[in-house]
Parts: sequence; structure tokens; C-alpha cells
Amino acid sequence: MTTAAAPRKPSLVIRPRRAWLPANPRELWEFRELLVRFAARDITLRYRQTVLGVIWVILVPLFGAGILSFVFGGVADLPAPDSLPYFVFSLAGMVAWTTFAQVATRSSTALVGNAGMVQKVFFPRLMLPLSTVLSTMVDVAVSLALLGALLAGYGLRPGWELVTFPVWFGAVIACALGVGLAAGALMVRYRDVQHILPVGVQFLLFASPVAYTLASVPEQARTLYALNPLAGLLEGMRWSLIDTARPSTFLIVYPLACSVVVLVAGLMVFSRMERHFADVI
Amino acid sequence: MSSEPAIRVEGLGKRYTIRHHRSDHVTLAQVALERARHPFRRAEREQFWALRDVSFEVHRGDVLGLIGRNGAGKSTLLKCLSRITSPTTGRIELWGRVGSLLEVGTGFHPELTGRENIYLNGSILGMTRREIDRQFDAIVDFAGIERFLDTPVKRYSSGMYVRLAFAVAAHLETEILLVDEVLAVGDQEFQEKCFRAMGELAGHGRTVVFVSHQLSSVARLCDRALLLVDGRVAELGPVDDVIAVYLADLERRDARTPISRVGSGELRITTFEPTSASFRPDAEKTFVVEVEPTDDNAPRYFVSLEVYDSQRTKVAHCDSRVLGGFFEGPQRLTVRIRSPWLRPGRYQVDAFICSSGIIDGLSPGVTFAVEPTLPYPGALPDEDWRTALLPDFTVDATTPLRDCTPAAGPGRVTR
Repeated sequence: MTTAAAPRKPSLVIRPRRAWLPANPRELWEFRELLVRFAARDITLRYRQTVLGVIWVILVPLFGAGILSFVFGGVADLPAPDSLPYFVFSLAGMVAWTTFAQVATRSSTALVGNAGMVQKVFFPRLMLPLSTVLSTMVDVAVSLALLGALLAGYGLRPGWELVTFPVWFGAVIACALGVGLAAGALMVRYRDVQHILPVGVQFLLFASPVAYTLASVPEQARTLYALNPLAGLLEGMRWSLIDTARPSTFLIVYPLACSVVVLVAGLMVFSRMERHFADVI
Repeated sequence: MSSEPAIRVEGLGKRYTIRHHRSDHVTLAQVALERARHPFRRAEREQFWALRDVSFEVHRGDVLGLIGRNGAGKSTLLKCLSRITSPTTGRIELWGRVGSLLEVGTGFHPELTGRENIYLNGSILGMTRREIDRQFDAIVDFAGIERFLDTPVKRYSSGMYVRLAFAVAAHLETEILLVDEVLAVGDQEFQEKCFRAMGELAGHGRTVVFVSHQLSSVARLCDRALLLVDGRVAELGPVDDVIAVYLADLERRDARTPISRVGSGELRITTFEPTSASFRPDAEKTFVVEVEPTDDNAPRYFVSLEVYDSQRTKVAHCDSRVLGGFFEGPQRLTVRIRSPWLRPGRYQVDAFICSSGIIDGLSPGVTFAVEPTLPYPGALPDEDWRTALLPDFTVDATTPLRDCTPAAGPGRVTR
């Protein structure tokens, strides 16, 4: 059915989608408030009906770093570099690791966890995984503040390397988000991913130098280790935060390039599968 | 109504692929195993077009009703319009922002308070913080939940929940609003409020697309309607015409279902039909029964019609014996049911001819519809006439009734 030409152009045209290209940026911008809302909801819900409430934000990283220090510094008796307290060393590793693990896990379950919404209302789907980055930032900010306090307590002061922190931090998030986006999109169709991902993350915790330095890894295995982009990123982040040894040029360039590739690939997988979300979730 | 378009749909199609698997749970392992065993065989797939070549246009300020049987594609069409799912073919052009209310309370989180949910839900539906701030009091007022604003919604009654959800959506300032079967919930007072709200939206030049199984709601709220049959547009036009076509279509489909016979068979009912597929509630409902003997010794007989509503409640039993009627030989009988008035809906009539026992009977027999209009000059919410019958009554008073009825015909809301 066609009628006389419309006086105005339509404000929106919907056509079949099969692009690998991510959502249109204008649309994302229009829904920017949703990002904050989702993140606020996550944070509110995480600590509602808990006795200690927000105190958990402080306790969890302390426990985490404590366990790592005990196992690696105490039981395995690995040395902390530059005679740093092992606890400070583990906490710095924990900051980087928590960022990665939380963003990857939370962003991957964001779609399936909000299936009802995905089926019943339109908004750029990317908002759900993206918002988890924002909500994770709160935890990470608290951990960083703890670390800062601890460093001050030990009379340590970060050097100029601190300015490179955003780069490492951004790369860790990019990596995590790329993994989370792809896993989340696949999870919509194959719930197996729900089981595989935590196992993979668990494996990475031990396969990455979170609580030990790359230097404590045996020489023969070090090349293999370095292929894990997280290895370089962890080293880099510790370098910027607590002034450990600077990673080699390869360990700077390779992980940064990797994280860009992972993020782009994740976005592409997500966009490719996006049009089926409501139909199969 | 203006002639400016608000929605234009051209050649819209949505295809679903149904995969046939032995188990419901598709896991990666199963997929991999299947691939390994039969590397070149594709999984059995069936293509199913939920929508096919759908084209129509809605003007600004129109209220379009979307009707059709279950599975006709109504919800799929709404999902395409609201961008929840992407179409397979065709294009949709929209003028203005689109708000959709496909299910009440989508995005509500039970742990969050009413206040928090208003903001969250508003954002999900596409409102900005400023818009929500501006409308906040109106939303709370509409929902009537002032006292429970800071209570988690998990402690709300289902009625409060629905009211709050609809309130948020009704205050969306979008030019186009898509509504799917949400008025079926909530109490009647609130339903009435929703009806008025939707009517007002259209009055302010906003466009509403409304899906409902309740034809009476569609008739009341919409100017125009679109009938979908098996994913295609079967009819588009003024609401009353489309509803008539829909009812006739239902009738035709029902006619195809075989009628089972009972009885000893000395006489046969050769024809049994209502004189019309649908009747007005207050109209005379007429049925024709033609009887032919199959045996020379056929006994004298009487006819009996039993009328059932959609819940299989027998609402009337017309037995010709009580009128002193016994018949002989071939007959063409016309049964007229003048009273009672029937409420809108679908009815089934079984016919029997009997003497000492049943000679022939059609059960289930034929169906007919009662049109979704009220036989009264004024309008009432749906809930109020969910009685089995509609009374034919008057109220006399010492001073005459003050005229408060809307100017439009029965069963319609004026705006």
C-alpha cells in the first residue's frame, strides 16, 4: 500500500539487520541514562538485604588479597619484588584481576539475567553488558583507595608510572568486555557458556601472574605465559601502581594490541547475534 | 485524525526457523556431536513465516486495533514495530518516538522500591531523567501508591504492581504507543482509567496501536482495526467492519470442524444453522432446523435447542414441547430466541430431535457470535457486564434521569 509522499522524513526506519557492525552510536547516546540506571540497580541490589551492606566492598578485596598472600607469599614462600610487603603486592594484582574477572563474568550474564526485559522492551542491548563495567568500577575504586591507603601507610609513593595506569586499566576492561560480550551473546543460544566461562576464569587466575611475578615463572614456560595478554597487562598495571619492574616492550605492545582485537571481536559477535536475542533467549 | 503518517509498514515479513531436535536443550556438545557424526547434514529445519508481506499505514492520532486469532502474528508485529526483534524482510517507517507496553512491569525489579522502579522503568522505556522528574507526581497519583513509594515492589499487591507499571507507560511522552493486551489485568476501576488514558493519548495527536483479544475493548477504543490471518493482512479499515469480518472468519473455521451426531436415526437433521454469523445482544437469534425422515415409520418428534456460552454454561434451553409442539414428517423449523439478551461473546448451540429418546442430535452443533456492542445507550467497563445475561430493563423515577450518556453509539467512548 502506498500513499502520497509524506510531508516529513520518517524519524526511524527499521529494516532487516544482518550487520557485523555494532549498534548505532546515536542510539547508544540517547539511552545513556539507562547505563547509569542499570549500574545503580546492580549496586543497590548487590548490597540490599545484607547486614554489612557496603562494608563488603572493602572486605572482599581484603580477604582476596589476604588469601593470595597467605598461599603464595606464606605457603609457597615466593618473594615479593623489591622487598614490597606481599600483601600490598597481592592487592595490586587483585585490583587488576578483579576488574577483569568481574567485568567478564557480569557482562556475560547480563543478557540472560534480564531475559524478560530483552523479550519485552526495546533498548540497545549493549547497555546491559556495558552497565556492568560501570557497576564494577565502584568495587575497583574502593580497592584502589585501599591500596592507596596501604601504600601511604608503608610510606611508599607511586612514581611517574602512575600516569600509564589508565592505559592498563582500559586494556584490562577492553579484554574483559570483549570476552563478556562474546560469551554473553553465545550464552543466549547456548547456556553451556554459563558453565564454561567460570572454569575458564578460574584457570586464568592461576595461569596469570596475579599473585606472583612473571619473573618467578620458570624460564622455559615464560614465553608461553607471555602469550596470555593478561600477563603483560598485570605486570604493566603493577608497574604503574607499585613501581615494580617495567615490562618488556613486547609485553607492552602485544597485550594492548590483543585487548583491542578482543574488544572488537566481542562487539562483532554481539552485534551479529543481537537480532536473534529476543527470539531465542 | 490527520492524514500525516505515523507508521508505515511495507512488505514486512518475519521468518522463524524451527529446528527439530530430539531434545529440547540444545547444548554446544550436542551440536558438535551431531556435526561430527553427520558432517554434511544440516539440522532439520522448518521455516515458518509469522508475518508475511504485511503492509499498512497508520495516521497520526489514530488508534489502531490489531486483531486475529492466537498465532496470527499480532505480537510479532508489535515486536517488529518496537524493535525488539528484527524483521526478515520489508521496512517500517516511524514518525516520532515509540513507546511500547508489551507486558506490564517489564524491567521492574522486585527488590527495588516503587520510587526506584519508576526511574528504572521510565529509563528502560526511553524516558530521560528530566521527563520522569516532571511526570513523577502524575505517575504516582495515577497509580495511587503514594503511601508505598518507598516499599520494595515485591511487597505490592498484584493490583498495585500493575497500576504502577501502566502509570509509568501511560506517561511516556512518545508520539507512538504500542500496547499489547495489558488491560486484561487490574480491577475494573483501573481498567476504565486506562481506557480513558489511552483515549486521551489519541486525543492529543498521539498514535496508539492496541492488541487485544477482547473485541469489545477494541471496538470501544479504536477507530480502525487491522485483522491478521496467518501472518497476512486480511482486512484493514473501520473497526466495526473489521470485527465483522473477523467474526465471519471465525465462523468459517468453526464450520470446518466436524459435527458429531447422536441418536437412533429414523429422522435426520439435514440443515441446522443460525440465520446470521453474529447477532446484536438484543437482537432476535434465529436458527433454522430442517428435518427429513429416513424411515417410513418415523415417530412424531419435538425439537430442542441448547445454548452454551464459551465456558460451556448452558444459558438457554428451548424445547418445543413446552409450546405444545410435536411435528411429523419433513419440516423446516425456525427457532426464534427473542429473549434473553446475551452478552458479547461466542456461543454454541446444540440441536436435538427427540420422541421418547433422541432420534438425531448435533452436539457440538453450530456456533454464533454476539457482537461486542452494548444494547444500552451508555457505556460500562467490561467487568460490569461479565454476567451471563444482559437485562432488558428500565428505571422509572419521579424526576427523569439526567442525561449523562456520551453522544456516541453504544459501547464506545467519546473523546
